[in-house]
Amino acid sequence: MKALKDLIDNKLMPPFKEGGKLHKFWPIPDSLDTFAFVPGHVTKSGSHIRDGIDMKRTMFMVIVALIPCLLFGMYNVGYQHYMAMGVTTATFGDMFLFGALKVLPLVIVSYGVGLGIEFIFCIVKSHAINEGFLVSGMLIPLCMPVDVPLWMVGVATAFAVVIGKEVFGGTGMNILNVALTARAFLFFAYPTEMSGNKVWINTAGDGKPVDGYTGETLLAKATTTPVSEFTDTAGNAYASVNASLLDAIYGFIPGSVGETSVIAILIGAGILLWTGIGSWRIMLSAIAGGAVMGLIFNLVGPAYFPNNTFLALPWWYHLAIGGFMFGVVFMATDPVTASQTATGKYIYGFLIGFLAILIRTVNPAYPEGVMMAILFMNVMAPMIDHYVIEANIKRRMNRLKVKTA
Amino acid sequence: MSTETTAPEVKEEKRPSEPLFSKKNKKLITDPLDDDNPITVQVLGICSALAITVQVEQAVVMSLSVVFVMMMGNLIISLLRNSIPSRIRIIVQLVVVASLVIVVSETLQAFLPDVAARLSVFVGLIITNCIIMGRFEAFAMGNKPFPSVLDGFGNALGYAWILVAVAVVRELFGSGKLYGFEVIPAAFYDMGYMNNNMMILPPMALVTVGVIIWIQRARNTKLIEEN
Repeated sequence: MKALKDLIDNKLMPPFKEGGKLHKFWPIPDSLDTFAFVPGHVTKSGSHIRDGIDMKRTMFMVIVALIPCLLFGMYNVGYQHYMAMGVTTATFGDMFLFGALKVLPLVIVSYGVGLGIEFIFCIVKSHAINEGFLVSGMLIPLCMPVDVPLWMVGVATAFAVVIGKEVFGGTGMNILNVALTARAFLFFAYPTEMSGNKVWINTAGDGKPVDGYTGETLLAKATTTPVSEFTDTAGNAYASVNASLLDAIYGFIPGSVGETSVIAILIGAGILLWTGIGSWRIMLSAIAGGAVMGLIFNLVGPAYFPNNTFLALPWWYHLAIGGFMFGVVFMATDPVTASQTATGKYIYGFLIGFLAILIRTVNPAYPEGVMMAILFMNVMAPMIDHYVIEANIKRRMNRLKVKTA
Repeated sequence: MSTETTAPEVKEEKRPSEPLFSKKNKKLITDPLDDDNPITVQVLGICSALAITVQVEQAVVMSLSVVFVMMMGNLIISLLRNSIPSRIRIIVQLVVVASLVIVVSETLQAFLPDVAARLSVFVGLIITNCIIMGRFEAFAMGNKPFPSVLDGFGNALGYAWILVAVAVVRELFGSGKLYGFEVIPAAFYDMGYMNNNMMILPPMALVTVGVIIWIQRARNTKLIEEN
């Protein structure tokens, strides 16, 4: 290890250092170097207590937390494909391989375009490469339908990185979650490729889909059919309501690549909470918000709005289907765009859950309410923080007055 | 209203007649195109820039209307400037611009009815276009007719080129056309290319204007505020 470090520091780095021939491209070797080795920076002023975990390692833990979702997503893509085609002989390996071949290109395009733009900005602005895109680059493919054309992923990634992040000053300065900016861009720009019943399951090859196959997500289904009539991908009616709920929790339902399995997401959530990177306040309050809104609709829906069967969908279903859990665990907790204060985090999280269920049930044109809710609350987060801080100042001022009076 | 509340230029009565296109007069036209652009620098007239830039044709018609209203309005106000009582000057300016806009609106409805229908209220709203009132207040009220006409022309042109630039981007990527003609070959669509629906929505107009401002500031560094 020492020899390697020696080789990098003394042989490979000099041309990139100050005054070297390739100094312009300094950010590239610097980022690769600090990826593998802890950077040799020391504190020059202010606080001298430092943790070993820097931004790169923080980001890396999020990637680790996303791996269960990614792997399950690959498997589910294959599973959905073979189910829809009525191929019963496909093995676990077949399904995983099929899914991996569909998902990996998405990941490669997302990272290729995003990191390419980051490198260009770093060289032009001559600052070190920010690691912020490591996570966004993984989240973008995980929140896409499997059949989205690759060039669209590229365009959306470019838009999200340039307009969503770089114009505000790069990593840590963005107002909106970068991955959701990319998704929202695609959702509005190319609605036919981002919603409906054609994009969630790959049905190319292996003949025609089976009879009864519809290809829509449970979210879209719930707008028209009561939960007791849900069918699986192959068009078979579920034996019971609980069976369809279990499928949604395991993740054997159509949806964006990484969002389907609640279990895989909870493993990721566990990693984020254990390492202290994700905020439990946001996750908890968002789930509470979603449950409360679902419960309200359950109570008032059937009596007052009998035409909207979605309102009657049991509230615990809402937490399991669609991107709710994925958004809450991985996107709402984005430390840059979320509220910073502890009280603010409760408000922010609660409203995300609350609005997500409101949007998805009341406006069927936007089945994925979680995306809208998080983006909206991203915009509101600074205001929430402002009022939380103001209230805190006021409270302490009052305490001071009582003492002095 | 224009942020430019500088005192009207001092009248130079005695000076021997200035050449028709002196340096100063030329600056009246060139300044608003870049350094003092009404949209990208003064950030005026944004509402119409967002609303009617879906197609190039609308943008061109709108620009021509504004050029006409702006030049005529500046001329009239400049001719009347010494007889307008300053307490009711805004009302007088409004009457002038409103009558000009009615002329434009009637002409459009007579000769270009479908474009007029698509522009809908935005022709009428030229009356409240901040650029026009801004130039009346900031320039025509204190300058002679000829420079006022030049100033009106320059500002309207500065407005127009941004409008057309935004419209070109939006129509090209939003509907694959330019001035109503298909420009993106059918082969592209066969290969999987799709029109970007978001370009047709107003948010993308704002982003496009933002990107133009970004490019302009990157090239013209004296626009960057010190802070």
